[in-house]
Amino acid sequence: MELAISIITGFMILGALYAIHARDLLSAVIAGGIVGYSLVICFLLLRAPDLAIVQIVVETITLIIMVAVVLDSSRVEAYGKFDSRAWVTAGTAVFILLIMFWFLRIASSDLAPLGDHTVRMADAYMNGAVERTGSVNLVTGVVFDFRGYDTLGEATVLVTAVMGVLTILRIKGRKG
Amino acid sequence: MTAYWLCFVLFLTGLYGVITRRNLVKIAISLSVMEFSCFLFLALTGYREGGVAPIVDVADPVQTYVDPLPQAMVLTAIVIGLATTAMLMAVIIRIYRKYGTFDIREIKNLRG
Repeated sequence: MELAISIITGFMILGALYAIHARDLLSAVIAGGIVGYSLVICFLLLRAPDLAIVQIVVETITLIIMVAVVLDSSRVEAYGKFDSRAWVTAGTAVFILLIMFWFLRIASSDLAPLGDHTVRMADAYMNGAVERTGSVNLVTGVVFDFRGYDTLGEATVLVTAVMGVLTILRIKGRKG
Repeated sequence: MTAYWLCFVLFLTGLYGVITRRNLVKIAISLSVMEFSCFLFLALTGYREGGVAPIVDVADPVQTYVDPLPQAMVLTAIVIGLATTAMLMAVIIRIYRKYGTFDIREIKNLRG
């Protein structure tokens, strides 16, 4: 189980690295799709079918948006030469990555091994949830009943995002 | 533990992309890579060995289910991630129409 997830995560890392370094923006976007669709397989392995369904829909929509943006503009990435400022950003990147890795080493001692999770918070959501919510799917019970206000907020965020996108795409830029 | 480590490495890959790349589309892709690694981490913490998907079988209700709470959280986060990505891409296409480039360094030089 852990082995399968590790292999797929390694695959995701390779896809992400290729997406970051690809010359052609269209292939970068599609390599980014590798990461999203591999995540779907991970969710299925982790027994989360709802997440897998939502993720596959969302990833497809994201891919369509990104491909539309890339095809509407220049596909080739202009590479400048690797000058002193590039060295500074690379140095910053390595520095920050090292700091994050140090934090991971501290935090990993507190992590329970995979599959050794004790259900504490969700206990109230799981015991007798079918009688209380009328939903055999526990995730649906949590999303739409126990945490219904959360979902209402999510809907607000979605509406705001749609309004934002419409506003940004409709305004006319300054001339010149 | 390997899965957690690789998940963190995936996050770092996205962070590396955000810091070093100059192309706006690649920065957006790197941001969604970081997002995905967070989703994967939450889903990993909710997994229980021998657990089944959290859908109650009424005929046989005593089973080990995986934790439904992280899954519900991630479900919300995925949809909000789509909203932010769409917004980001809208801003990026506006910037491209105004400046004619995706390169953040050139955009900085062309300001005004």
